[in-house]
Amino acid sequence: MLITRLVVLMVAGLLAAGPVQAQVSDGIVKIGVLNDQSSLYADLAGQGSVVAARMAVADYGAAAKGLKVEIVFADHQNKADVGSQIARQWYDAEKVDLIIDVPNSGVALAVNQITREKKKAFIVSSAASSDLTGKACSPNTVHWTYDTWALANGTGNAIVKTGGDSWYFITADYAFGHALERDTEAVVLKSGGKVLGKVRHPLNNQDFSSFLLQAQASKAKIIGLANAGGDTTNAIKQGAEFGIVKGGQNFAGLLVFLTDVHALGLEKAQGLIFTESFYWDMNDKTRAFAKRFAELNRGIHPTMIHAGVYAGTLHYLKAVEALKSDDGTNVIAKMKEMATDDPLFGKGQIRVDGRKIHPMYLVEVKKPSESKYPWDYYKIRTTIPVEQAFRPLDQGGCELVKK
Amino acid sequence: MSIFGVPVQALFGQLLIGLINGSFYALLSLGLSVIFGLLNIINFAHGALYMMGAFVAYFLLQYAGLGYWWALVLSPVVVGLVGIVIERTTLKRLYQLDHLYGLLLTFGFALVIQGVFRHEYGSSGLPYAMPAQLSGGQNLGFMFLPNYRAWVIVVSLTVCLGTWYVIERTKLGAYLRAATENPTLVRAFGINVPRMITLTYGFGVGLAALAGVLAAPIYQVNPLMGADLIIVVFAVVVIGGLGSILGSIITGFTLGVVEGLTKVFYPEASNTVIFVIMALVLLVKPTGLFGRAQ
Amino acid sequence: MTAATREYVEAGALAPAAAATPRHQVVAFLVMVAFFVVAPFVFYPVFLMKALCFALFACAFNLLIGYVGLLSFGHAAFLGTAGYGAAHAAKVWGLPPELAILAGTVASAGLGLVVGALAIRSRGIYFANITLAFAQMIYFFCVQAKFTGGEDGIQAVPRGTLFGVLDLRPTLTMYFVVLAIFLLGFLVIYRAIHSPFGQVLKAVRENEPRAVSLGYKPEQYKLLAFVLSATLSGLAGGMKALVFQLASLTDVHWTMSGEVVLMTLLGGLGTVFGPVVGAFVMVTLEHYLAQLGAWVTIVQGVIFIVCVLTFRRGIVGELARVLRKPL
Repeated sequence: MLITRLVVLMVAGLLAAGPVQAQVSDGIVKIGVLNDQSSLYADLAGQGSVVAARMAVADYGAAAKGLKVEIVFADHQNKADVGSQIARQWYDAEKVDLIIDVPNSGVALAVNQITREKKKAFIVSSAASSDLTGKACSPNTVHWTYDTWALANGTGNAIVKTGGDSWYFITADYAFGHALERDTEAVVLKSGGKVLGKVRHPLNNQDFSSFLLQAQASKAKIIGLANAGGDTTNAIKQGAEFGIVKGGQNFAGLLVFLTDVHALGLEKAQGLIFTESFYWDMNDKTRAFAKRFAELNRGIHPTMIHAGVYAGTLHYLKAVEALKSDDGTNVIAKMKEMATDDPLFGKGQIRVDGRKIHPMYLVEVKKPSESKYPWDYYKIRTTIPVEQAFRPLDQGGCELVKK
Repeated sequence: MSIFGVPVQALFGQLLIGLINGSFYALLSLGLSVIFGLLNIINFAHGALYMMGAFVAYFLLQYAGLGYWWALVLSPVVVGLVGIVIERTTLKRLYQLDHLYGLLLTFGFALVIQGVFRHEYGSSGLPYAMPAQLSGGQNLGFMFLPNYRAWVIVVSLTVCLGTWYVIERTKLGAYLRAATENPTLVRAFGINVPRMITLTYGFGVGLAALAGVLAAPIYQVNPLMGADLIIVVFAVVVIGGLGSILGSIITGFTLGVVEGLTKVFYPEASNTVIFVIMALVLLVKPTGLFGRAQ
Repeated sequence: MTAATREYVEAGALAPAAAATPRHQVVAFLVMVAFFVVAPFVFYPVFLMKALCFALFACAFNLLIGYVGLLSFGHAAFLGTAGYGAAHAAKVWGLPPELAILAGTVASAGLGLVVGALAIRSRGIYFANITLAFAQMIYFFCVQAKFTGGEDGIQAVPRGTLFGVLDLRPTLTMYFVVLAIFLLGFLVIYRAIHSPFGQVLKAVRENEPRAVSLGYKPEQYKLLAFVLSATLSGLAGGMKALVFQLASLTDVHWTMSGEVVLMTLLGGLGTVFGPVVGAFVMVTLEHYLAQLGAWVTIVQGVIFIVCVLTFRRGIVGELARVLRKPL
């Protein structure tokens, strides 16, 4: 009765006798894109993720293979209770088989739990918490694009190695910010760097002048921003005002997306260093994808989240086809069994704890003069090889990992 | 030399920053105070109108090519007109009722305005360039002070003191104050009281918009910029004393400084310290520091 | 009390000197019960449970504004605190559901006592502000405290077995338990209003000095009403934590306080059934509009505006006026 809006990417299902369909529940594979459509994370995921999922279904060739796939989406408004209610309803009343995306670790953890109870499937692209493949790991969940450990490790390590060995942290005062700060600090210290100080600011803070002043006074080479979204962009914007970069210090964004850079503009964001798992301008395949994506998404180019949704959906459908069933637990197991291969992340693999692994990239934002065309924002500083990019399997505390 | 582990030099820097933030609080609470003190309306839409001010500045730049200096004048006028329309069509009907209704009505407007802007513009925020004449800064020794921030203090002080002067020391202000206490009598003197009330509301709203324009180059122009700010400004006005113009100005600047100091010693609490102070003040002096008993 | 406040209470349930329960209210009550008994077979039960929790919350809030005339802008503190209390009790201490909900309710009652004692001295807008200030402090505490889990909240709260007998995991079972608790809370409020206590409250609201001259201590009555309101809000919050198996910051955020005001206003301030209707409408609205994001806020704002301007009695209030009987 209570519906989420159905955007049906339908296949003319004239399949009376498709064997694939026979074991697929109700004959349809229903995918639900659940994310924030209206606030903090609407641009980096939002409607773009729905576009990415649709593209994946089209590219997979569902029609030709005789598989009916339907996509629905909903806005969880960054609230754990709204998100979990939608997830429950989708699974109980609307026969959704897979939930994908879900930014905001709190919501993701809630959906993770519900998916496990109902034995469905969950692919996380947006949320960051490394607990999803750690203590909260589940046989029904795959964590695709990135996580806090990868970010901390990638950015921290790589920056220290390239000379940024003294740090000052400006941290958002909530669990995610603390975790990011803690993980990055550990990495910095291990690589031989120093942490000269840290300051915590309230979440969704407007004015950073006071904290920036403290960071300046510390004379640390790198100011690590353990926050996200509006907090990060505000800090950077005001950093430009206070002459942080001109004064010789550099910002390290610990969670930054292409759309944040776009919102800031190169003038303010130049020199920012951070880690991503995908950039649209890396090679011809990614460029081709980006071109098609932008056309469908009001010109906005794909972030790594969108790439994760695309690749995750693609791999899921391949697993469903191979298994000839969309039973959640089995499909996830199959996804771990099959190697992944898509035009965006290349060849890769999903570990037993649900962690999808691929190389990560340390990127730097270009100066305005270096940018030659729209959305030409990054230069890739280094590639972090796949063996080093993610937390080692035995360190997560995941019960699925046999000792 | 240090106080509680913080070098005195650094403390001066933080105090100055606190003063800058206090400028915003003062300007915004001035608008709220003018509206409440003279009209008995609790304008919960103030935060949303502040946000509109910033957005109008953005639109002026984007679509009309009119820069910051134009926006400083035009944006308050435009948003002030919006305020006047709101007052004329809706608020007017609530004057005889309990002033909690005014609060609920303006709260409703705040939701609508914020919702519409959020729907159109998402929440990431839009960039607004710093005007060239005000960029750069001065090295004061204990800190690097961006010129723009100094400008904010200057504008705020000027506008606040100017408004206070007009209301407390001029004939126009006297009429306004009299009209609040006894509208019928003032009307009998031939003064168009409803029009005065409307214009005053427009002026108060214009002040909010001015604060928005001032904020645009330094904070992200985004639909939620006023949402959490409104309850803080509310607290400032209540502490200063609802209806006291001078109270709001002084409290605004002072609380900005207090918040700034909190950011040094206990930064996580910087969002909450103002509410703690409000609770304490209300328990001791229920009408606020400078407020008159009603 | 101004003529204005009198207006919105006019439609209220305080029938003059009604010693026996008016028949039409009994009928209305039975209709409500019948609806809720049948509803889970038609509507999605989890959605209904959400509506019931908020209905209780709104009824508790209405006690304060409709019958005492005090607008609290920080009631979310009581909803959320009980939620965290119950969630913690069930998950970490392993208490059975009835004790977990009780723990949450007691926490809110205690909080209500403290806040109430300090806030009662003020009235009108100052009262609203003090409650808001305290609510913000509670919010800050919830963000900082370890046990609340900050932004993630307390997740995977077990529903447990009620009285050691009834497994609450099946949705329908949980639903009827929630309905029972809701009806209990509702009847407590009804009884409180239609009792000597309620009459004194009415007297205090209408003419405080005269009440004082008759020997009543208004502060005590107001405080008692405040604590009762806080306790029942806590009951709603504790219940909600077990229904959704999660306690989060949303429930202590000041916008939640705004929502309960809206529900009560929409349903009808000072009416008996108004808050239930208002809560139900708001929850339905949010559900339908959820995928349209910002539209929820816009529609809520429009409802506020329309209600304040032309619909001050709310849905049930207007209905009561048409029927010429208090509802």
